[in-house]
Amino acid sequence: MSTPYVLMGLLAGGPKHGYDLKRAHDARLPRAKPLAFGQVYATLGRLARDGLVTPAGQDQDAGPERTSYTLTDTGHAALTTWLATVEPPLPHLTSVLLAKVVVALLVTDISQARGYLVAQRAAHTTRLRELTALKTDPDATLSDVIAADYGIAHLDADLRWLQTTLARVADLHKEIAR
Amino acid sequence: MSILHARGVVRAFGHTPALRGVTLAIAEGEIVAVTGPSGCGKSTLLHCLAGILRPDAGEVIYRDHRIDTLSEGGRSRLRRTEFGVLFQFGQLVSELTAAENVALPLLLAGTGRRAARTAALSWLDRLGVADLADQRPGEMSGGQQQRCALARALVTEPRVLFCDEPTGALDSLTGEQVLSHLVRVARQQGTTVLLATHDARVAGYADREIALRDGQVDPSGFGVEAAIR
Ligand SMILES: Nc1ncnc2c1ncn2[C@@H]1O[C@H](COP(=O)(O)OP(=O)(O)O)[C@@H](O)[C@H]1O
Ligand SMILES: [Mg+2]
Repeated sequence: MSTPYVLMGLLAGGPKHGYDLKRAHDARLPRAKPLAFGQVYATLGRLARDGLVTPAGQDQDAGPERTSYTLTDTGHAALTTWLATVEPPLPHLTSVLLAKVVVALLVTDISQARGYLVAQRAAHTTRLRELTALKTDPDATLSDVIAADYGIAHLDADLRWLQTTLARVADLHKEIAR
Repeated sequence: MSILHARGVVRAFGHTPALRGVTLAIAEGEIVAVTGPSGCGKSTLLHCLAGILRPDAGEVIYRDHRIDTLSEGGRSRLRRTEFGVLFQFGQLVSELTAAENVALPLLLAGTGRRAARTAALSWLDRLGVADLADQRPGEMSGGQQQRCALARALVTEPRVLFCDEPTGALDSLTGEQVLSHLVRVARQQGTTVLLATHDARVAGYADREIALRDGQVDPSGFGVEAAIR
């Protein structure tokens, strides 16, 4: 679901071939399922059809492996919108959250990454407070409490991870910029 | 209308700055978490707001009155009558029973023995530990001790309750029980609560959070400015 945006994020640093994109994707998101080449080219095809990326470079007619792609202005705008959109703070969003943070760090504008992380943290804390209120309600049943605990534990884990990530952000950004 | 107000509060320990200009306002009846990593100044802030420590600069205002300029006597009177405190551990007098511990602040304030004991028993009951009235702290679990300490902090019916990592020494379920009691009673009494914690789950019991970073209020919630500079 976030694959198109991860590819666009990788292209934000400059044009790349499909092969380079696959390798960069797998390196950046080592815990995600490795991308199949077919999926890379299919995704690039859809992105190109929608005007978000465009083929670039002299290899244009040499077949998909040799074609390099570049992010269009529309693509940049779509990426910015995606990055600015806070994920609904529910459990099981970890992979989207991870992808977003990684892409936020790829994008050269660091204040955008910062803005996203701050907004995401605020959404998580608000939800955590709501779930806590829910379980401390005098009318809460045991199942309410257990379900709320489940959500709280996951949100807390995400929050601690976001916190650690922020502490690493400066270093990561330096590394990506190299 | 805020009940408690800090303006540019600065406090250092020798050459170590603990608070570097903290400004905040707490509304009456609010439950506010003071969060941030260890060493960011949470305890120092609570101590300054509660009149335990005097700031080096800045103002602390309680109900329109500056308290940072009060004498030691004035501040300790305020702490006895208006404020309650709950720390991580080690607050109960080990030689006294739970009921005697809880009655202590009332006795110090001049309440008669019988009335103090009655009030103590009623608070132990409200916190679900009435059956421990005649036990000494050494015979209680950590969670039971903390509930008694909470009863002792509330027995004078303080307007503001300062809690510094109140569940830091407890396992998570026991900690949750103490927190639910704390929040329930504070809402019933309309008590304003300041809750210092580094744990997001504990902060979840509050209405809002004030995040500290390196002795300053951090509006982002987690020191992003500092992290990405
Ligand atoms: N009594 C003290 N003597 C010397 N330094 C202190 C004292 N109390 C706190 N500090 C220092 O002040 C800073 C803030 O401490 P504190 O308020 O205890 O933070 P927190 O409660 O968030 O962990 C830290 O650097 C700490 O080492
Ligand atoms: Mg502390």
